[in-house]
Amino acid sequence: MSTLLIIEQVLNGLQFGVMLFLMAAGLTLIFGVMGLINLAHGSLYMIGAFAAAAVAGLTGSFVLALIAAMAAAAVAGVLVEMLIIRRLYATDHLDQVLATFALILIFSEGTRWLFGSFPLFLNIPDYFSGPVTLPGGIQYPLYRLVLICVGLLVAGALGLFITRTRVGIQIRAGKNDREMIAALGVDISKLYTLIFALGAALAGLAGALVGAIQSVQVGMGEPVLILAFVVIVIGGIGSIKGALIGALLVGLTDTLGGIFLPELFKLFMAPSAAQSSGSALASMAIYILMGVVLIWRPTGLFGARI
Amino acid sequence: MIRERHLNALVLLLLFAVPLWAFFNDAPFTITLATRAVIFALAAVGLNIALGLGGLVSFGHAVFFGIGGYSMGILAHHAQTYTPLMEAPFLIEGTKSMPVIWLVAMVTSAFAALLIGLLSLRTAGVYFIMITLAFGQMFYFFSISWAAYGGEDGLSVYVRNGFPGVNTLVPINFFVICFVILCLVVLLNTLIAKSPFGLALSAARQVPQRVQTVGLDPNRLKLVAFVISGVITGLAGALFADLNRFVSPTMFSWQMSGEIMIFIILGGVARLCGPIIGAVTFVMLEHFLGGLSEYWHIYLGVLLLIIVLFARGGLVGLITGREVAHD
Repeated sequence: MSTLLIIEQVLNGLQFGVMLFLMAAGLTLIFGVMGLINLAHGSLYMIGAFAAAAVAGLTGSFVLALIAAMAAAAVAGVLVEMLIIRRLYATDHLDQVLATFALILIFSEGTRWLFGSFPLFLNIPDYFSGPVTLPGGIQYPLYRLVLICVGLLVAGALGLFITRTRVGIQIRAGKNDREMIAALGVDISKLYTLIFALGAALAGLAGALVGAIQSVQVGMGEPVLILAFVVIVIGGIGSIKGALIGALLVGLTDTLGGIFLPELFKLFMAPSAAQSSGSALASMAIYILMGVVLIWRPTGLFGARI
Repeated sequence: MIRERHLNALVLLLLFAVPLWAFFNDAPFTITLATRAVIFALAAVGLNIALGLGGLVSFGHAVFFGIGGYSMGILAHHAQTYTPLMEAPFLIEGTKSMPVIWLVAMVTSAFAALLIGLLSLRTAGVYFIMITLAFGQMFYFFSISWAAYGGEDGLSVYVRNGFPGVNTLVPINFFVICFVILCLVVLLNTLIAKSPFGLALSAARQVPQRVQTVGLDPNRLKLVAFVISGVITGLAGALFADLNRFVSPTMFSWQMSGEIMIFIILGGVARLCGPIIGAVTFVMLEHFLGGLSEYWHIYLGVLLLIIVLFARGGLVGLITGREVAHD
C-alpha cells in the first residue's frame, strides 16, 4: 500500500466529511435549538439537487444551479416550517418522527411526479473538471478539492456567524432558555423560521454539490440523512464544532475503513475471506464508532452533560 | 364515543371475521393481506411494550424483526439444501418446523436485545433513539455483506414451513396461527401492564427518581421490558419471513424500524390495541391507495400528517375521545 493511495483516501474522506457537515449543521441547529427531530432534512438535500439539475439543464450555468439549489431548499424549508413544523415544537419526539416521515413521502413522490423516476445528471463545470497535481505528485480531481474548500469555508463562516453575530447569540441563547430570550423581545418564531431556512439552504447546497458526483434521484436524501444523524450524535447535539468534528470522523472512518480493514484482515486470514469480512466490518464501522462514542460519552463528544 | 375496551374487542373480532369471510368467498389475497396486517401488528405490539410501557423510543426494532426473519431463513435454507448448519463441536441441522424456528428466533432476539439494551440504556432521550438506530444499521450492513446467506439478494424458501397437525400451505390456516399468537401476546401485554413489574415500569418511565427511592433499579426494569419487546418482535419477524417465504436485508432497514414505530403512533401510543389498529390501517391504506394512483405515497403522507396534527393520541384517541398521557 503506497503513501499516495493513503493521501488520496484521506482526501476522499475529508470531502465526504465536509459534505456531511453541510447536512449535519442544519440538522444539529434545528435539533439543538428547537428540540425537533426532522427526518425530512434529507428531502431538502434532494430538492437542492433536483433544483440544481433543472437549472443547470436550462441555463448551463453551475453557479446559477447552486444558487437555485439553496433558494429552492430554503423556500421549501420555510414553507414546511410555517405550515407544519411550527405546530410540532411543543409535541414529543414521536409525533415529530411521524410527521416528518410523512413529509418524506410527500416530497419524494412529489419529486417523482415532477421529474419522473429516472435519475438526472448534473455535470461538473469545465473550469472544475479534470485532475490537479498536488505537491508530492498526487493526481486528485479538482472538483473534489473544491468541495473540501467550500465545505471548510462554510464551516468557518457558520462558526463565526454563531459565535460573533447578534443573531448567532440569539440562537445560542434560545437553545438554553427560550422563555427568557422571548421575554427580552426576540421574536422566537421568526428566529426559528430563520434557522430552518439556513439549515435547509445548507442541505440544498450539499445536495447540489454532491449531485454533480453522483446521480440526482428520488430517495438520495435518506442514506445521507442517517449519516448526518450519526454525525450530530457523535458530535453532541446542538454543537456546530461537534458537527464538524463528527462529520470528519465519520467521513474518514467510512472511506479509510473500506480500504484498510480488508488489508488488515489479510494479515491473519485468507485473502478472499479477508476481503469479504473486512468490507463487511467497514460498512458497519461508522455505526460501531457511534456506538463506542455514546457508550463512552452518552451525550456525544461536545454535548451538554446530563 | 365508544369505550376503549369495546373498541379492542371489535378490532380483534373484525380482524378475524374478514379473512374468514374471504375464505368462504374464495378471496385468498384478502387472507394474505390480513395475515400481513396481523404480523405487523404483532411486531408493533412487541415494540409498544418498550415504547408505550417503558417509554423507550427504539428506532432499531427492525434488528429483532430481521433476526427473526433470518432465523427462519437460515434454518429453512439448511433444511432444503440438506446441509448441516454446524458440524463441530456438535451437529446442528436445519429445520422446517415452525415451533423450533420460533424458539430459535425468540432466543436469538432475546440475546440481541439484552446486549443492545445493556449498551443503549446508558444513554437517554434522543441519544437512545439514535444508538438503537445505529445498532439497526450495523445489522443491516452486516446482512448485506454476509454472502453465505444471500447477501443483498436475501434467501428464498420454496415451501412454507410446517406446524404439527396443521397444513400451513392453506392461507387461512397460516392466518389462524398468526392470529392466535397475536391474541396470546395481547393477553400477555395486559398481564404485564397490570403486574407489579408493569406498574413499576410505568413508574420508572414517569418518575425514575421515585422508583429508585423505593429500591428498584429503573434501568433494569427498562432492560427487561426491552428484552420482552425484542423477543415478540423477533417472533413476528419469523412469521413475516414465513408469510413471504423470503428474507432479505430490507427486514433490518431503518425504514422497517420506522414503519413499526409508525404503526404504534398511528394507532395510539401505550394503548393495548393501538399498534394493531395502526398496523391494520397502514396495510389497508397501502392496499387501497396503491390501487388509486401511482403516486399514492403522497396521499399516505398527507393522511399521516393530518393524523399527527389533528388527532393527538392516534386513531384510538380519536375514536374513544380520550387521551392517554405519553411522555
